[in-house]
Amino acid sequence: MNRLQRESLDIAPMLEIRDLHVEVDDKPILRGIDLAIGAGEVHAIMGPNGSGKSTLAQVLAGRETFRVTAGEVKYRGRDLLAMAPEERAREGVFLAFQYPVEIPGVSNVYLLRSAFNAIRKHRHEPELDAVDFLARVRERLGAMGMDQVLLNRGVNEGFSGGEKKRNEILQMALLEPRLAILDETDSGLDIDALKVVADGVNSMRNPERAIVLVTHYQRLLNYIVPDAVHVLVDGRIAKSGGPGLALELERHGYGGMESGPAAPTSMKETLKETS
Amino acid sequence: MSALLETLVNRPYAHGFYTAVETDAMPKGLSEDVIRAISVRKSEPEFMLDWRLKAYRHWLTMTEPEWATVEHPPIDYQDIVYYSAPKANTDRPKSLDEVDPELLRTYDRLGVPLRERELLAGVAVDAVFDSVSVATTFKEKLSRLGIIFCSFSEAVQQHPDLVRRYLGSVVPYTDNFFATLNSAVFSDGSFCYIPPGVRCPVELSTYFRINARDTGQFERTLIIADKGAYVSYLEGCTAPMRDENQLHAAVVELVALEGAQIRYATVQNWYPGDREGRGGIYNFVTKRGDCREANSKISWTQVETGSAITWKYPSVVLRGDNSVGEFYSVALTNNHQQADTGTKMTHLGRNTRSTILSKGIAAGHGRNAYRGLVKVANSAIGARNYTQCDSLLLGDQCAAHTFPYIEVKHPSAKVEHEASTSRIGEDQLFYCMQRGLSSEDAVSMIVNGFCREVFKELPMEFAVEAQKLLGVSLEGSVG
Repeated sequence: MNRLQRESLDIAPMLEIRDLHVEVDDKPILRGIDLAIGAGEVHAIMGPNGSGKSTLAQVLAGRETFRVTAGEVKYRGRDLLAMAPEERAREGVFLAFQYPVEIPGVSNVYLLRSAFNAIRKHRHEPELDAVDFLARVRERLGAMGMDQVLLNRGVNEGFSGGEKKRNEILQMALLEPRLAILDETDSGLDIDALKVVADGVNSMRNPERAIVLVTHYQRLLNYIVPDAVHVLVDGRIAKSGGPGLALELERHGYGGMESGPAAPTSMKETLKETS
Repeated sequence: MSALLETLVNRPYAHGFYTAVETDAMPKGLSEDVIRAISVRKSEPEFMLDWRLKAYRHWLTMTEPEWATVEHPPIDYQDIVYYSAPKANTDRPKSLDEVDPELLRTYDRLGVPLRERELLAGVAVDAVFDSVSVATTFKEKLSRLGIIFCSFSEAVQQHPDLVRRYLGSVVPYTDNFFATLNSAVFSDGSFCYIPPGVRCPVELSTYFRINARDTGQFERTLIIADKGAYVSYLEGCTAPMRDENQLHAAVVELVALEGAQIRYATVQNWYPGDREGRGGIYNFVTKRGDCREANSKISWTQVETGSAITWKYPSVVLRGDNSVGEFYSVALTNNHQQADTGTKMTHLGRNTRSTILSKGIAAGHGRNAYRGLVKVANSAIGARNYTQCDSLLLGDQCAAHTFPYIEVKHPSAKVEHEASTSRIGEDQLFYCMQRGLSSEDAVSMIVNGFCREVFKELPMEFAVEAQKLLGVSLEGSVG
């Protein structure tokens, strides 16, 4: 179903953020975010350092260090903020971390299978045993250009920066989320690794899945062409547009962006601009 | 994070305990008469009684040690019953229906076979049942190899020469307050002798752990591996054991002769007390192995999750040249549990080697201390030791301490010590939960990862049980 069909059928978007305010240690970080993302769409959220991009990504995933002071987030019609982090994950929200965490002694494949089966169980689907799961992982590994050796190493333990990011994409590919949020997955990648990651993300695009790319640089968007681009400045969306907006940013930088009142970002208007 | 841990930490202990039952017991208190009475009841030969009495007289001159970083109210040694016979069937629960459902739930989670559950829970069962016949077949198989494996009492009757020769040869009756007390009053335990050149084909005590239920609070184990012999011994059980006795003072002696190898693995999960630290077992154990002759090897592996207080230092005396001592330990303390545990490696022979790997986990108000001594005598030319002590903290009310003691008397010795302390990170938990794991599963997974190097040293089936045990212990108490 394309966007226009959905609009005409007036189906609720997959993710709907209304007037979201978030603080850390009493310091406001997000100051009224409005955003709607429909199934099948890829949205890029750009902005200078400290604008609140990563905070938004982590709040959506349920990190407790951030305090939501106002606003609401609807995910597939449910109150996302009321859900525990693991429940969000099981319901299909996936965050690819900017800094993937090391867990010494826990093998990568063990974490993967535990996560995979936790989600299967939640969906009342049969859990996979170690053998069947391994076969499935190997399939995806090849596509990601990852070495099998990484499966039996500790989670992210001693992985290079690029390996950690690819590992996040591998997890995403296996867990098949409905809403994938990629937090600066492109940072620190060389051009080859960037292509691998982009291919991984592009292969995940489908009409049932929404993808949010949080990024500082336009570079990633050369490989993953988004449906919409939003520019975050000082905790507000300063501007929204189509893929062209990213190129414009690259030419002029974030300097020209106002941090004034939030620009119109309701879904209808976003769609007008992107179409 | 701290709020989450608090919730997890404050869950009640899930295992529960069964109420006390009547026992055929002697009156409380300790005296020479009581010791004579124990010896008579066990129909012991004269040398055993002499040994017990010597120990008792020596014990009277000793005072309780105070150096461990544990705290408990004073123990009244005259308020303890020193001998209780196995309970009569009429006093036991008639079936599992009468047993604390929480206990049963734990057995279920640990996958304890039904028949063993009845035994562990103290249910009255017929004298002849499946496990016993399994055990009998098993014993016959061992005896064909010349392996002696029986209760200590039986060994005293059937093999008095071996007992006389080796009893107290590793841990003398004068050794320390609790070991001396044990020497005077020990009720029973296990005895094992592997003849020269024999490799024991099975992990000993796997089939027998259920029989250990009535060995009581003063248990004594003696294992001898003769020249070139090999034995792997498993002690304890992952399922929580019922026990009315608060003070446990066991002694384990291992003797490895030339080229022999002994692996001794323990999983200990006794009642740790309630959330405020009331009740719970005091586990004051002396475990020591003697690599008596050249090229012998002794390994201790322990997983300690139970007891209110654990005071235990499985040690190795490296007497023979080229002998090897190993100590692998996981100790978990939660709520108000206290553990002061570690090892002693005493290098006497040439080119002796020892490895120490200790993983301490403290949660709740738990206190966890590693205390280890590496001693290299001036006779131990070319001795080597490697020690690694890691501590993991959950929450901000717990404590971990490391007390390494190193005494080196020969310049050729190489002694290495590494220590680390870390905390389960909020970021690690969040990462796992973002992948769909519950907080409990996340904590359990991270802790298991931390212990992996030690679990690798456990016999396979024990390793699987130990992992489950950490999961259950953390569920019932931490996460």
